[in-house]
Amino acid sequence: MSFQLSVQQLSCERGGIELFAGLDLAVTGGDIVQVAGPNGCGKSTLLKTLATLSSHYSGEINWCGESLHQVRLNFLSRLLYIGHKTGVKLQLTARENLAWLYPGPGSQIQIEEALAAMRLAGYEDRPCYTLSAGQQQRVALSRLLLSDAPLWLLDEPFTAIDKDGVEMLEGLLEKHARHGGAVVLTTHHTLGCEGMRTVNLQDYVPVAGVGT
Amino acid sequence: MSSGRDNTQAQHGYALAMLKRELILAYRKRGDLANPLLFFVMVISLVPLGISPDSSLLALLGSGMIWVVALLASLLSMDSLFRGDYEDGSLEQLLLMPQALLAPVLMKILAHWLMTGVPLALIAPLLAVMLSVPGEALGVLLLSLLVGTACFSLVGAIGAALTVALRRASLLLSLVVIPLYIPVLIFGTAAVHNAASGLSSAGPLAILGAFLALAIALAPFAIIAGLRIGVDG
Repeated sequence: MSFQLSVQQLSCERGGIELFAGLDLAVTGGDIVQVAGPNGCGKSTLLKTLATLSSHYSGEINWCGESLHQVRLNFLSRLLYIGHKTGVKLQLTARENLAWLYPGPGSQIQIEEALAAMRLAGYEDRPCYTLSAGQQQRVALSRLLLSDAPLWLLDEPFTAIDKDGVEMLEGLLEKHARHGGAVVLTTHHTLGCEGMRTVNLQDYVPVAGVGT
Repeated sequence: MSSGRDNTQAQHGYALAMLKRELILAYRKRGDLANPLLFFVMVISLVPLGISPDSSLLALLGSGMIWVVALLASLLSMDSLFRGDYEDGSLEQLLLMPQALLAPVLMKILAHWLMTGVPLALIAPLLAVMLSVPGEALGVLLLSLLVGTACFSLVGAIGAALTVALRRASLLLSLVVIPLYIPVLIFGTAAVHNAASGLSSAGPLAILGAFLALAIALAPFAIIAGLRIGVDG
């Protein structure tokens, strides 16, 4: 069950501009890592790269000691990625938005419980365009309760979430870490999670002229 | 052994869930889906007005006109196939499914065909009667369009996947896809012409079927690769 995602000398680019370089990072069970930095410094790009969605990088990314791209399916089966674009389809109801990601038998009840835990009880069967931005975000975050993946990559999970919600999510992250999971997240909130590490991408600004 | 079976079951689960999701979505956005069909009906009804109401001339042109307009109508519906999923992030979630993407992608296209291609094919014989296409060709027209629109959906999806990240990509999409539509068009119209002139249309229909088999086997790989490139940016 133990796992390790390790990154060596990673540099990423977006639109031909190198965003950061020389990043070393190791994430194992029990870790909560906050990726920090100003807008445009490459936080989302880093998470996309770690989630195998972006190939514009150099350096090494290893999953349990093997190159990420060689063990991609194994990696994906243990990954939960919620991007900045959360994947919530506005024409679908909250229930339908989750049903296609968690098809198996019995998942109907789990989905209902997860939505209720996210304070969306009573909103399960309304189209998501009738929900507020925070509620839509909660629909996406219900996946934290449904997924059994140990590694969570969360891009701005607290967007539009209210104060109580942030506290509840912090509790969820801590619980996940206590149970041997790992979380890498980007956020501008100041979090009070126990044992959280912060990686500031500003410390890895590429030396001018090297990348070009 | 049992884990293998569980795995297959899980794959079926994902594929069916995807099909259900797509059909629900299509139903919720049925206005968008009516557009290609409306375009098809309108253009075909304009043909007798624009060209000639002479039934012998229309009979000659009719089946070809129907095929060309069906091709264009199908192309009209392609642009939005992956666009919405790309914009709201569900495409990323699709690509991160921990299993082969073949089945979910095929289901997405199956849903697209059911909601656009099948209605086009079903309404075509009606319009063909209006264009005085001989009665004995109507069955072949329906069959050839059912197979043909499935080819259009599969091949068009390659173009839609490749251009998913581009803004205003419809022109590029047409340029990518139309050359690949041409063989389907040629054999589709040949089948109907043969039937209309009392010849056997088994040959062209068989070739259409072969195109479909080839598209089902190969298009998904190109589509998945295209989607990965699109999301990668």
